Amino acid sequence: MRKSIIWLVCVAALAALPHLLSFSQQEILVVLVINILLVVSYRLMTLTGEWSLGHVVIMGVGAYTSALLTKNLGMYVPVSMILGSLMAAFVAFLLSFPLFRMKGFYFLIGSFASAEIIRLLWKRFRDPFGGPKGLKLIDGLPDINIGPIHIDFFEPTHYYYFAVIVVAACLWILWRIERSLLGLTFHAVHWQDKLAQASGVDVRRFRTLAFVLASGFAGVSGALLTHYIGTINPNTFDVELMVFVLTWAIVGGTATFYGPILGCVALTVLNEIVLREMGFEQARPLIYGVVMIASILFLPNGLESLVKRGVAAWQGRTGGAGAKEKTP
Amino acid sequence: MLELLVQTGLNALYSASYISLVAVGLVLIFGVMGIVNFAHGELFMVGAYVVVALYSQNEVPFVLTVAIGLIFVGCIGLLMERTMFRPLRDNPLGGLVASIGFLMILQALASMTFGVRMAFVPPVTQDVIEFTDKIRLPVQRLYVIIAAFGFLTALWLFLTRTRFGWALRASAQDPEAASLQGISITQTARIAMFIGAGLAGVAGALTAPLISVNPHMGHSVIIAAFIVVIVGGVGSLEGAVVASAAYAIVHTFVTTFYDGVLADITGLLLMLIVLIIKPTGLFGTADRA
Repeated sequence: MRKSIIWLVCVAALAALPHLLSFSQQEILVVLVINILLVVSYRLMTLTGEWSLGHVVIMGVGAYTSALLTKNLGMYVPVSMILGSLMAAFVAFLLSFPLFRMKGFYFLIGSFASAEIIRLLWKRFRDPFGGPKGLKLIDGLPDINIGPIHIDFFEPTHYYYFAVIVVAACLWILWRIERSLLGLTFHAVHWQDKLAQASGVDVRRFRTLAFVLASGFAGVSGALLTHYIGTINPNTFDVELMVFVLTWAIVGGTATFYGPILGCVALTVLNEIVLREMGFEQARPLIYGVVMIASILFLPNGLESLVKRGVAAWQGRTGGAGAKEKTP
Repeated sequence: MLELLVQTGLNALYSASYISLVAVGLVLIFGVMGIVNFAHGELFMVGAYVVVALYSQNEVPFVLTVAIGLIFVGCIGLLMERTMFRPLRDNPLGGLVASIGFLMILQALASMTFGVRMAFVPPVTQDVIEFTDKIRLPVQRLYVIIAAFGFLTALWLFLTRTRFGWALRASAQDPEAASLQGISITQTARIAMFIGAGLAGVAGALTAPLISVNPHMGHSVIIAAFIVVIVGGVGSLEGAVVASAAYAIVHTFVTTFYDGVLADITGLLLMLIVLIIKPTGLFGTADRA
């Protein structure tokens, strides 16, 4: 009962949110929702212990595929989005063969190199990919007209609702994956890979699976982004965005499902709302960098550790009544 | 055709010399501290901006500027060691992320002080050595080549002939054993960081009149340095120098005969192939990652 009330409040808050913001803030909100999916899918990958620097380019694979399918073949947008996501997963599958021969630092550099190669291919080949200028005038979602209801997806609010529904569905799937036996295996592969191997778990296969799944969801976020902003180029998916994703995950913490979301929301609010409104336009990367270093030095377990401590303190005050409810 | 080959070879020699300065510093830092310094390209950028601030805006002699660049960027290295890498010694991923944060700070400071546009650096000399009609070597490039040789030789002498050098190599090989012998890990880390950062700064200062100086110039340099470090072997200084030469030759030739983007792709492919076949690099044996 209490749980469903909390959920209802959450849904109402999400529905009301865009109406409380200015137009430009609504646009940021849409991108924020898309970025949440990006960073949560990134976390699925890190569950197995490997940190990739190619996630954003994989997202770009989804974006480019979906954009090209609608532009050149006139495909219906939601279908092209799904195909874009599948393409991202497929590219990740291909990349997994060379990349999972490496571990740790080498994997990091290897993923960076292969992602950069893909990005440079977009830049080099003008014919399908549009070269350095990228793709323009990408179709948005088609309007929906049912009787008196007109939904125009160029309106940020409308696209926001669409994105929230898609992202919520994806997050739910990701959450179920983590809670399943598969998720437990991912954890085992990270923390006890020798033991897991000895117990008959094919470590490499599970690493590949996590990589492919995470990439598929990154592809969804890429497709969502491309049909919203309508123009993409190789620099949309450059290392800078990758660094942001990494920062969100680290600042938020990756031990819990909500950690990266927390990091993404907190830093986006800091970055876009606070710093932009206050007119620190040029100093934004500076403050971002300081926050990044400060959080790695003083909050190595991320914002989520603060939440955990807060919850524990609150439960201690209410005499442990909540504690029983929370433990699964 | 032969003339074109020789000319391209000369160009490759020039880019090999500054890339190897950057890469050797990266290897030194990684070897001694086990930290991948993503901000290394930005240290190169800071070195170039020292030249912009002193040489082009205030007409300080070029040689003096380069020396100041070395010391200034070396001190930034000391600052990084003290504030980030020392507290994060047991957390390599944390060190990497912190260095990315530092990279953003340096980039923002550069664009706030000097603007995001390309900064103009007047040439030190316009002289060109003409071997034949088509084989030409601008004297300014010759300076870079000579300086790189000088610095690399000095570094080699330092590492093999001095007590500090021995200590440095010992703690790169096995930090625990080295500290049992009474070598201060903090002290060696400080030296490695100063030298590593200083070399990147010198490379930036030396090449500032030859390339376009802007706050984002570190990006391509760090990619080149990573490729070189991986191909040469992560712990190997000699490997880094040899790989710099190899990378510069491949990159320059592909740029000359095809185009720049394809050259970047070729370089990255080279690195991927080495990673797949022999992940410790062509000269590498140490595995600290």
